[in-house]
Amino acid sequence: MRTPHFTILACAVAVLAFAGISSAQVTAYQEHQWLNSPAAVSHIGTITGHAQDAAMDYRRYCVVCHGEIGDGNGESARWFDPPLYPKPRDFTLAVFECRSTPTGTLPTDEDLFNTIARGMDRSNMPPWNTFTRQERADLVAWIKHFSPRWQTEKPGTPIVIPPEPEVTADRVKAGRDVFARVQCWKCHGVTGRANGPSASTLQNDLGQPIAAYNFQEGSRPKCGSTDQDIYRIFMTGLDGTPMPSFADNIKPDEAWDLVFYLRTLQPFPSKEKDIANQLGLTPVTPATGP
Amino acid sequence: MNNRRKQKCAAAFIAFLFLSLATVLLMNDARVSAAADGSITGTVKLSGTPPHMRGIDMSKDPYCVKQHQNSPAHMENVVVGSGGGLENVVLFISTGLSGSAASAVPSMKPEFDQKGCMYTPHVMAVDAGQDYEVVNSDQTTHNIHPLPSPGTGNIGWNKSQPPGAPPITTSWKSPEAIPVKCNIHPWMHGWHVVVKGPYAVTDENGNYTIKNVPPGSYTVKAWQEEYGDQEAKVTVGAGQAAKADFTFKAK
Repeated sequence: MRTPHFTILACAVAVLAFAGISSAQVTAYQEHQWLNSPAAVSHIGTITGHAQDAAMDYRRYCVVCHGEIGDGNGESARWFDPPLYPKPRDFTLAVFECRSTPTGTLPTDEDLFNTIARGMDRSNMPPWNTFTRQERADLVAWIKHFSPRWQTEKPGTPIVIPPEPEVTADRVKAGRDVFARVQCWKCHGVTGRANGPSASTLQNDLGQPIAAYNFQEGSRPKCGSTDQDIYRIFMTGLDGTPMPSFADNIKPDEAWDLVFYLRTLQPFPSKEKDIANQLGLTPVTPATGP
Repeated sequence: MNNRRKQKCAAAFIAFLFLSLATVLLMNDARVSAAADGSITGTVKLSGTPPHMRGIDMSKDPYCVKQHQNSPAHMENVVVGSGGGLENVVLFISTGLSGSAASAVPSMKPEFDQKGCMYTPHVMAVDAGQDYEVVNSDQTTHNIHPLPSPGTGNIGWNKSQPPGAPPITTSWKSPEAIPVKCNIHPWMHGWHVVVKGPYAVTDENGNYTIKNVPPGSYTVKAWQEEYGDQEAKVTVGAGQAAKADFTFKAK
């Protein structure tokens, strides 16, 4: 038989459950809400992605690494050995490396869409350009349902990249000065070989070892290899990694100079490399200050 | 459940909603007077043998080594002064503040300097919403990388500050002790302790004074990065200084 005490208990449970919705814990109720919220949709050009439509694809192709609840703890994740093989992304944190938006902001839908297609070089994330554009857009919406940040925050405003100027000897030389001034060599090394004095102790935000990009190795930078991609990498920073944003310290025009100089460190034939050879450019000297 | 019980349950639920509303309204009451404000003062000490603070090898960066030629650098997790006073403890009011007193934000901007490849201060306290400045006094590049916990409302970021770069002015949204690091100099580790309402940080002798505390009864919290939190109850009279001392025990 039910007693008045039982009623009181039932009421207390109901009230606590109501109060609990505001806590940080993700409940099944919240998950259901997020999947049906405006944030569970992505917009890629004219394509609209829907989170629910990605559930099967995620389960089939992504869950083994990124995990059932998107925390990067899928059953394969334990075999990933950083820094050689970085751990899968934890979507519940909504911290992403490859963004067009300033440090500390959410990426745009296009940023996530491009990352899925491009994959992450030097990691176990392959290019998923086997999906249709619609499928990828759906996956972007699905990824966004894992973190409450997408419910309360808007993506940052993408940085403005001015049109790329002509490569000149002056610009390549000026880029070398920027490389020396902001001290890229501290991690990337004076010749770009990822052997700067701080390279060996680098850790990501989760305390896992991480390697600086080695320009000499000939691999693709993980957030893209076009001139615009490289510009974007150092002006937005790679959030969650030691790579900071240089937006406050490198002017847009100087940023192009730096892109051109970075090209001279790569092992590919390029106009920039020809210029560096003609000028007889030497690696920067590590400044030790006064 | 029969109808009567349903009604009871609904009544309890409505009462809960009213209580929530009342709390929100109470939190928005206006500050009456600032002239009668008192303060909370005291000393924070460490009992037992202070842990050894190991020296720091800065050989990664010759500039940093040069800055400490005459005074070797040590870790700063536990800094004990004369008489056992504990430095870098943050004192703030955890309960008892009215809404307006808790959300009042000082116009002063605390400074978080990178000097000799160390953070000065090692622990910076700041109000939620209060602007602070990150400065680089060094002739070497640092990156400032605060790491707030997920779900707090604070969002991490990572910015470079080469020599001569202008200060970074920004603020935090929610109360939290946020670790700050520099990836270039892995020994650099500091704290941004975000609180609500008046706060103080202990000096080299462990002394502190929280100013501008309206009369009332409060719980004062002392936060230390290694030893955690301690609480004390105090009552502040109009224009009076209430006293609250704390002692942390060395592990």
